[in-house]
Amino acid sequence: MSAQAVHHTAMTLNDQLPALQILVTFIAAPLVVMFGSLRLAWPIAFAASAISFVIAVMLLSQVIDGSIISYHMGGWAPPLGIEYRVDAANAFVLVLVTAISTLVLPYARVSIAAEVPEKHHALFYTAFLLCLTGLLGVTITGDAFNVFVFLEISSLSTYVLIAQGANRDRRALTASYDYLIMGTIGATFFVIGLGFLYMATGTLNMADIADRIADQGANRTVRMAFAFIVVGIGLKVAMYPLHLWLPNAYTFAPSAITAFLAATATKVAIYVLLRFMFSVFQPSFLFEFYTLDFIILPFAIIAMFLSSFVAIFQTDFKRMLAYSSIAQIGYILLGISLLTETGLTAAIVHLFNHGITKAALFMAVGAYVLRAKGSFYDEIEGLGRRMPWTSAAVVVGGLSLIGVPGTAGFVSKWVLVQGALEKGWWPVALLIVASSLLAVIYVWRVVEVLYMKPTPADSDVREAPMSMLIPIWIAALACIWFGFNAEMTLSAAQAAALSLLVGSAGMMN
Amino acid sequence: MTEFTQEFIVGHMNYWLFIVLMMTGLYIVVAKGNLVKKIVGLNIFQTSVFMLYISMGKVVGGTAPIFPVDMNIDPNVVYSNPLPHVLILTAIVVGVATTSLALALVIRIREEYGTIEEEGILAANRSTARVEEQDHGEVMGGPV
Repeated sequence: MSAQAVHHTAMTLNDQLPALQILVTFIAAPLVVMFGSLRLAWPIAFAASAISFVIAVMLLSQVIDGSIISYHMGGWAPPLGIEYRVDAANAFVLVLVTAISTLVLPYARVSIAAEVPEKHHALFYTAFLLCLTGLLGVTITGDAFNVFVFLEISSLSTYVLIAQGANRDRRALTASYDYLIMGTIGATFFVIGLGFLYMATGTLNMADIADRIADQGANRTVRMAFAFIVVGIGLKVAMYPLHLWLPNAYTFAPSAITAFLAATATKVAIYVLLRFMFSVFQPSFLFEFYTLDFIILPFAIIAMFLSSFVAIFQTDFKRMLAYSSIAQIGYILLGISLLTETGLTAAIVHLFNHGITKAALFMAVGAYVLRAKGSFYDEIEGLGRRMPWTSAAVVVGGLSLIGVPGTAGFVSKWVLVQGALEKGWWPVALLIVASSLLAVIYVWRVVEVLYMKPTPADSDVREAPMSMLIPIWIAALACIWFGFNAEMTLSAAQAAALSLLVGSAGMMN
Repeated sequence: MTEFTQEFIVGHMNYWLFIVLMMTGLYIVVAKGNLVKKIVGLNIFQTSVFMLYISMGKVVGGTAPIFPVDMNIDPNVVYSNPLPHVLILTAIVVGVATTSLALALVIRIREEYGTIEEEGILAANRSTARVEEQDHGEVMGGPV
């Protein structure tokens, strides 16, 4: 395993990219506090995020051919030292996370100014950068305990960011508190799982754990570790019965934060789940097979239907999208539970496509909140004429959410159906199509409210400002562009799926 | 299947204590309505995990993992494993940060709601939701 990894004697800046991926945003965070009073908060945050994006793209271009970068933090060789390990799977997630943050920040400037009191702005961007650092750290690290530390960095800053919605609605505070309690229980479960893994293997390096588990096979300690880790990360993923924190957190957080979290936080958690299921534990273990088939698959299908059904009956656009997110996470988990290359490809490509789709839609919600002072259906009635560009982006995002051909959502659902048919699970394929019909209903309700209702006569709503429209439309156009040019995302997702399947040591032996 | 002999029960004492503490903590989080008490429960829950890690680093007959100053290391001396202890130092820091953030949130909740009892807060949130439903709900049933 470690033989094929590129050994790093970090000499040039290029060799230091894995460390810089974390450090740029991490160092920028305190800078924002120091210079925030000089109006430099936003420029510093944006610059750090943009640099991170460039680094992530450079890393992806280095590993897209299937090679692995193993970076030794501080020069300490793994398994004793902390290793940063970049392969196609996590480079792909790094690009998604940094791209979304770089897209959301220009948008956030106006949106946050309207939703968060000005005295909190510098600290707000600090928390945003720390959240970004945590998400990137979780993704890039190859050390299991390091995952926990970065997970908590991102979670703690997420609780702060969600609570910032309290200026608009005090329920943001209780949403944040609830998420804190559930998130901490989830993270602690994850640590218990790591403890059991350490007991069984005596190491914390993921590749090393994988090798040793493969040698000793499944035993009760390893099984317990798996159970605790799946439940702990499942809470962060908002896997169906563990999703209760999500609707309130997404509804009451500031709009820019909802867009950022919906597109990145749950996706990174899904990546961690993938990493532990395929790189640390062996998919060939019977208990993992059973977990996927008898727990994750049924709950994924329940999520697809139940959450879509609940979404139909919402009266708030933002809350409707939150429920739709739980349903879409169901599709991703369904792809994972197929346990084939096609299924994994579908899961990873949907992770990306759903990320950009939800970013576009939640950013559009923020535009309505800014102009119409709310996102309830009766507050946005007839705004298709008043805010034509925002509303058109909602239509594009909605079509991608349904999975209409020509949009990004179609590509991932198509691959997912293919994966199900490949396994001969045609009822599952039918269920995927049927649940998409529910998406048609809840998207249609929004379109109807926007375009078919008369605009209130006394309405003085104007189109959203350019700084918001441009990010919204970049995300909306990405939904179309990745719908027509599926090659790029599909090949990257396939490389990621292969690196996950090959990356599990047991399958190579 | 392992027999529940006396040796098994006594030999795994650290795990029994861990389970009791963990369940006590989780029970408090779920059963108590007071937001501060929930945080106390969360702390007990986290502390139980610290105990699990610390006890797992103990080697029977081992001493504290500190080398002598002159670095004349006697190979016959058994040391306990320091790594889990170090990990838990990190986890304690995370726990402190979580607790302080949670308490800060409770203060803000108290400012906004005037109570830190879950019952009162849920009732307030429910009535807000009901008002919203009345104000914004008619879009549901209205003619197209």
